[in-house]
Amino acid sequence: MADTDDALKGTAELINAVGLHARPSVKFTQLAKSFLSTIEFSLQADGPWIDAKSPAKVMRARVPKGAVLHLAARGPDAEEALAAMQALIAARFGEE
Amino acid sequence: MDLAPGHGGNGSSLPVERRLTGRPASPGLAAGPVFVDGPEIPAAAAPIGGDAEALRRAIGAAAAELAALAAGLGGEEADILGFQIAMLEDGALSEGAFDAISAGMPADHAWRSALDAEILDYEASEDPTFRARGADFADMRDRVLAHLAGTAGRRNVPAGSIYVAEDIAPSLFLSVDWSGGGIALAAGSPFSHVAMLARSRGVPMVTGLGRIDAAAAAIVDGAAGEVTLDPGAGSLAALAEGLAASRRAKAGEDALIRRPALLQDGTRIEVLLNVGRPEDLEGLDPGVCDGIGLVRTEFLFRPGHPLPGEDEQLAAYSRIAAWAEGRPVTIRTVDVGGDKPVEGLTAEGETNPFLGLRGLRLSLSRPEAFRVQLRALARAGAEHDIRVMLPMVTVPAEFDQAAALLDEEVAALARLGLPRRRPPLGIMVEVPAAALGAARFGADFYSIGSNDLTQYTMAAARDSAAVAGLNDTGDPAVLELMARTVAAGRTRHVPVSICGDAAADTGLLPQLLGIGLRCLSVAPMAVGRVKAAIAGLAHV
Repeated sequence: MADTDDALKGTAELINAVGLHARPSVKFTQLAKSFLSTIEFSLQADGPWIDAKSPAKVMRARVPKGAVLHLAARGPDAEEALAAMQALIAARFGEE
Repeated sequence: MDLAPGHGGNGSSLPVERRLTGRPASPGLAAGPVFVDGPEIPAAAAPIGGDAEALRRAIGAAAAELAALAAGLGGEEADILGFQIAMLEDGALSEGAFDAISAGMPADHAWRSALDAEILDYEASEDPTFRARGADFADMRDRVLAHLAGTAGRRNVPAGSIYVAEDIAPSLFLSVDWSGGGIALAAGSPFSHVAMLARSRGVPMVTGLGRIDAAAAAIVDGAAGEVTLDPGAGSLAALAEGLAASRRAKAGEDALIRRPALLQDGTRIEVLLNVGRPEDLEGLDPGVCDGIGLVRTEFLFRPGHPLPGEDEQLAAYSRIAAWAEGRPVTIRTVDVGGDKPVEGLTAEGETNPFLGLRGLRLSLSRPEAFRVQLRALARAGAEHDIRVMLPMVTVPAEFDQAAALLDEEVAALARLGLPRRRPPLGIMVEVPAAALGAARFGADFYSIGSNDLTQYTMAAARDSAAVAGLNDTGDPAVLELMARTVAAGRTRHVPVSICGDAAADTGLLPQLLGIGLRCLSVAPMAVGRVKAAIAGLAHV
């Protein structure tokens, strides 16, 4: 999605211990896939945007701990999707 | 691959013992017959129904096989396989392989090339955790190749074997019965998923051994990072002794670890934990300790990252305190400085950072950042028994300044109507001046930081091998400064503990108890050992 102008946007800081590694990336993409909307993320406010539903692409992004993710959602449930993704990151992907 | 094929050692002469040194990946001792696992290069089979269809089936079969394996596992182990399943089910991973097939490449070659490129990319990463993921992708690569070649099936590693290979796939690790066995790897990494699994299952493992030549039997010493091939009678006797000793020690510690620590005369010694990051507490039962004596907060202040906000700090402190289930938790304010720089916080270009702007000195010079931490601590104190400890304190005026800042922030939180509690405020005694003048501080408690106290008293750097002999916490001068601190605590009726490495040095225990210390704060790994040592002492 090169053009994200009409998407709902938000940010979230990765406060879990290891960044978007194996387990967090699986949880991240599973949650993204549960929404109809297109969900993408980027490490910069202006892209490039990465499909949040693809674990391979999420892992390739090598998102380190402490990074701030920019999220963009577009679709019928974009609002819920964005809130849920931010909540998952804030809850450290449920890591104990 | 630098492995000679294994043989039964059926030569007429006995093989000579060889000792190899690698990197410790999982502690423990194991011995047994060697099982050498070479790389399986499946022969290409003629695919039925075209290469693309063959690859699709092989990926599907590999994912199904992993799902079946994961079904019998839980927690971390299931997660590691879940990661592989999620990757195999993601078209983005195999896209390149299918493109290559469209261009005329055979399925196996196409898949191998695509995955090899992915693996190289991970292995080039600077972050060791990402780097270690290469092994997970190699595991996926080989499993799919085996399905393509029709050679899929579990390798049968007999129970009790010493598994010898270049590396080991997590899915293979999870399908083997390791009781009594161990792992010796020519390559591999202590950061790999397999190393993590081996540690949690207690399977001894050494990585990075380089060339491992053929042997019939081997001993793996995971803690030392040593592997002995074809061990002789002497090594086997030493192993038996080591195994018996660690069984005895372990049994003794297990019997004691969840009980309060008592000397034989009934004197109660408190044993607290030192914690460097929340993950240190994972899988640990709070019942093994009397509380947390030191939480280092530096994990929140990372080089090259923005300073942590109040909410992030509050969440971290609350999480650690919640683990303690009501036991007291002592949190040290940030202890960074010249030798541990943090952007936006520490001073630069000091010629002698150990005597420069560090610990509380730095916090007082940067009150805006310090106030954020004090607020987060006061807020965490509303729900938990939090105590706040100041590092590298030298004179009472510094303590008074910090106490005033804390009072101001508590008052500000009260005005906002936020839940808070003014936590007890204590000092770490690391500077000889603070030990000599301990009674002059208005501190609510004292905690002896024996590492720095030793280096400053003996004028011998902790990290210098050349003066290691002088860096002795057991020296009468250091013990006297500690005794002064204990005496100040008695006079002022406030608690005194010790949280440096000396607290876990069981050889020093009689001296520490002798000067009147009754509270030790040690690393989680040392709790069993320290409690066993306490139980072994008749009286002070």
